[in-house]
Amino acid sequence: MTQPPFQRFLDAHREDVWRFLVAAVGRDAADDCFQETFMAALRAYPRTRVDNPRAWVLTIAHRKALDHHRARARRPVPVGAVPDVPAPPMADPADDAVWTHVRDLPPKQRAALLLRFAADLSHRDVAAVLGCSEEAARRSAHEGLKRLREELAA
Amino acid sequence: MTDRLVPPAFHPADAAAAAARFAAEAPADVSYAVLDSPVGALVAAATPRGLACLSYEDHHGGVDAVLESLAARLSPRILEAPARLDDIRRELDEYFERRRTHFDVRIDWALVSPFGRRVLEATAGIPFGEVSTYGQIAAQAGNPKAARATGNALGGNPMPIVVPCHRVLHTNGRDIGRYTGGVHRKEALLRLEGVLLG
Repeated sequence: MTQPPFQRFLDAHREDVWRFLVAAVGRDAADDCFQETFMAALRAYPRTRVDNPRAWVLTIAHRKALDHHRARARRPVPVGAVPDVPAPPMADPADDAVWTHVRDLPPKQRAALLLRFAADLSHRDVAAVLGCSEEAARRSAHEGLKRLREELAA
Repeated sequence: MTDRLVPPAFHPADAAAAAARFAAEAPADVSYAVLDSPVGALVAAATPRGLACLSYEDHHGGVDAVLESLAARLSPRILEAPARLDDIRRELDEYFERRRTHFDVRIDWALVSPFGRRVLEATAGIPFGEVSTYGQIAAQAGNPKAARATGNALGGNPMPIVVPCHRVLHTNGRDIGRYTGGVHRKEALLRLEGVLLG
């Protein structure tokens, strides 16, 4: 069975990928990661049908988000730099605050929470993406939630 | 906080805009656009080599059916990129306004057999406002006896209008013959070109 036209694949998954990336890297970086995700998907797009195209493209998005986090970690933090322009008055919606905290969790916990709740993948699919057991994926998500609760309560 | 997290809110329009930016810029094997025309909606598809397909949308099961067929026959790396079809859109507009009598866009013959290509190239040589017959086209394609194969090649013409298969008529002249988009479209095109009156 041939793959559906890539445009239909893009139409079907653009919102899931966008939602995941808004959570994973924030709104400002979401577009760059979105473009890189679908560029990689287009290059790798196979002729034969993949079993779970949604999990397939979210796996790619996860890797692009990791690249983004690694690049951010390498970038020197400007010291004493004062922005000329005040922050835009329109703040992100309130639920972004939680995800901002998720982004600062240790990598395994962060990935487990993002893939489980922002990408809405099953623990089994999360485990497949992370290359760990389903039990380990559950545990990472559980530990991440616990730590998040403590940080938000503090 | 409970035992789960709520995914972030987002505007679907943001995702749609990001997807449109991607489709416009990504290196697809096939780019397509749906074009309006006086003879109905057309699905135009091009590869980097040129125009590969121009389909009457309602005569091939709709846009999705056209794309599925292109995915199977050319490549599934297909994206909607209207700007990449600007040349054919402009030439079609000019044709329907009678400001253009032949098409200059590059053609990709990937969907056509070698004999089919000879038939279609002979057909492309029929000038605006003139007509030919299946027999004459068969002869020009190198096989005067292959009238039936010629009819099949014309029936399978992947780019009607640009390759003017509507200018090929039955020898007896009693009826104008079949057409990939329906006989009413063949009549409309021949009327536009002044071959049919009224």
